[in-house]
Amino acid sequence: MVALLGRGSIFGAPAYFMGATLDGTASAVAEFSSGDQSCRKADWKSPWCNRTYRRFCVGCHGEMGDGNGENAKWFETPLFPKPRDFQLAVFKCRSTPSGTLPTDEDLADSIKRGFDRSNMPSWNTVTNQERADLVAWIKHFSPRWQTEKPGTPIVIPPEPEVTPERIKAGRDVFARVQCWKCHGVQGMANGPSAPTLTDDLGRPIEPFNFTIGARPKCGDTDKDIYRIFMTGLDGTPMPSYADNIKPDEAWDLVFYLRTFMSQHSVEKEMAKKLDLKPVDPNAPPPAAP
Amino acid sequence: MHVSRRLRIRSFATFASSLSSVSLILISLVLTCSQPASAIPAFARKYGLRCSACHESWPMLNYFGQKFKDNGYQLMNDRDAPIWQNPGYWPVTFRITPIWHRLSTNENADTYSTVGGVSTVTGTAIERITSTGFDLSGLDFHTGGTLEKNISFYVLPSSDSTGSFHFETVMGRLDNLFGSSWLNLKLGRFELDNLLSEKRILTLTGEGGIYQTYHFIPVGDGNIFGQIGDNQLGMEYLGHSADDRTRVSAALISSNDGNVNLTLGSNSYTGFFTASQAFDAGKLGVERLGFYAMYGEAATYYRTSGGIPIPGSGVGNKSFSREGFVGQLYFTHHFDVQIVTQHGEDNAWFGQGYGNAIATDGNGGVTCTTPTGCPPNNTPGTTLPAGARAPSWNGATFEAHYVYSPQLIFIGRYELERMSQQSTVGLASNLGNISNYTIGYRYNPFMTSRAGFAWHNEFDLFHQNGTGPTSPVTGTPTNLTISELLLGFDFDF
Repeated sequence: MVALLGRGSIFGAPAYFMGATLDGTASAVAEFSSGDQSCRKADWKSPWCNRTYRRFCVGCHGEMGDGNGENAKWFETPLFPKPRDFQLAVFKCRSTPSGTLPTDEDLADSIKRGFDRSNMPSWNTVTNQERADLVAWIKHFSPRWQTEKPGTPIVIPPEPEVTPERIKAGRDVFARVQCWKCHGVQGMANGPSAPTLTDDLGRPIEPFNFTIGARPKCGDTDKDIYRIFMTGLDGTPMPSYADNIKPDEAWDLVFYLRTFMSQHSVEKEMAKKLDLKPVDPNAPPPAAP
Repeated sequence: MHVSRRLRIRSFATFASSLSSVSLILISLVLTCSQPASAIPAFARKYGLRCSACHESWPMLNYFGQKFKDNGYQLMNDRDAPIWQNPGYWPVTFRITPIWHRLSTNENADTYSTVGGVSTVTGTAIERITSTGFDLSGLDFHTGGTLEKNISFYVLPSSDSTGSFHFETVMGRLDNLFGSSWLNLKLGRFELDNLLSEKRILTLTGEGGIYQTYHFIPVGDGNIFGQIGDNQLGMEYLGHSADDRTRVSAALISSNDGNVNLTLGSNSYTGFFTASQAFDAGKLGVERLGFYAMYGEAATYYRTSGGIPIPGSGVGNKSFSREGFVGQLYFTHHFDVQIVTQHGEDNAWFGQGYGNAIATDGNGGVTCTTPTGCPPNNTPGTTLPAGARAPSWNGATFEAHYVYSPQLIFIGRYELERMSQQSTVGLASNLGNISNYTIGYRYNPFMTSRAGFAWHNEFDLFHQNGTGPTSPVTGTPTNLTISELLLGFDFDF
């Protein structure tokens, strides 16, 4: 009866509540209403500290949030990425600069969206309160949240109108920052570096293949793709290009990448009319404007 | 998986005492031996999710599990097609329930006296017949999942406790047609889109293991086709929003109560429609309100050969309807109440026993062997008796759950079925009324993504007016009372 009777009587109401809100203004930790038991520090291992986490997440992410749930060992990378280790507090999908902690909204959005090409489904059925509870619980696994504040979300300028010139310019950016080395010259995830890629923990990882109709892990809107360039995907080989490309260039790159995607788009039509050729990997990269 | 049989009782006081004792012993067991439950572990094994992800408590679905089902048993994460699975993965789960149970009901039993050392039957009396003993449920083999992305299936061969199999569910489904979650089509034999699913009921006794509201038929009524709890043959459209908060469905089914081989209702169809909306109620959880409606016709006249009805020859369709509201109301993580109401009405011909003239055995055969042994058949020239009218009734099911954790759930249910108009003028107004009370709990001592196991304890008390044994004194039917206690292991792997 270890698991059930870890805290009080089985018939005693667990009576916990969560004080988290998505805007992070309220307490972001779980507490027992009985007062002397708190999930804030030592008791965070208690099975009662977060029922939502235990119900939905623990099988993969583990009791300790270390990504070592009972199923983690069956996930074979790179086809099935390993569950996130919340103790490291390193997250791919953020609105904040590379290396910083994500906002609560970033984490809640990730839970709601899920991650294609992984075992993490979209948890869009849970209530906002439950998502807030989960965010709070995820955050308590790492001491980073005690000592650091989330980064300031990057500013995304309004999306310009797509033009053939912008698509061509995007192609130049694609060549200059050598996206093709991993993603391939046609976005098929077959660049020369692709087989060598590993995440920060040394596990094999695949670059995104733009051509198979899959949704990018951090969202599939133009804004989401823009954000990925500028924030990078922490913990993966995908760096932030915030220091290398200007906002306008980032939009150009978004438009160019759309030409790879299988879904019908204005960009694809324009690229077809332009008879746009893939970048030449042997040509010297174009100079920055 | 229902367990039913009727034998003899002694006294209710003794029974109540033993119930209390057994319950206390079980609770003690629950409290002293455990670890950290599961439903169709084949799905859990495929996706690596614990059963609690999809089940409020096995086998009852939570809102995530309902979305998973509505998506065609897919997580929609680009890893749903079988090509992503280990080739050794085989989506099969079995479920069976070894039990001990006690069943008590009132029956007409012979009475004896001894004259000159010889035991002689002197008459009959209504007595409680109670039986106790160890027993088995039937066996289910669930197999389901995806054949390809957005093409799913479910096949469920199910046996009774003697090992006689039938196909409880067989269906193929086209999911998310044209990339829209609003367009899903199913074909086969399947459970109707009942939000409070009888196939995922948390109780297992003969009367408590079904929802009375889903099967109620007025006394003497021949319409077996309006039982929304039975799996039906047909096709279904289902549409839902991405987060499953909004759901609509429409099914066209044969009016044959799911019986195969076109023996019943081969020329009649029924429509079943549902719609529901859920909303986020903050800390209370996700609340859902909806309605369902069933409108159908079924044959009352079967052509005959030598007076015996010919299977599949049904004509003379008459109408019936069932409508109701559904509420799934959650009050924090622990407590919820599920409510289903029903207003039902059958055509007057059904009320007089017409409908199932072939007395099917469920597989296409006619079980009556002589013309007089068959149910009423609306042969040409038949007229309704004087005073015949369309029977109608109202019913409701209230089921409450206290979910201490996904591993331990307490269940309480009250069902009532009340006739509002009998099929014949002069019948007692309460004839056939049902009151059913069920309480129980299920404890899952472990919670993994590999298998499910529950310690199950349940008590059901069923009462129906005027359907009990006929009183030898007054010559009129008495009320039927059945009580059943069940405990055992319910497991699947």
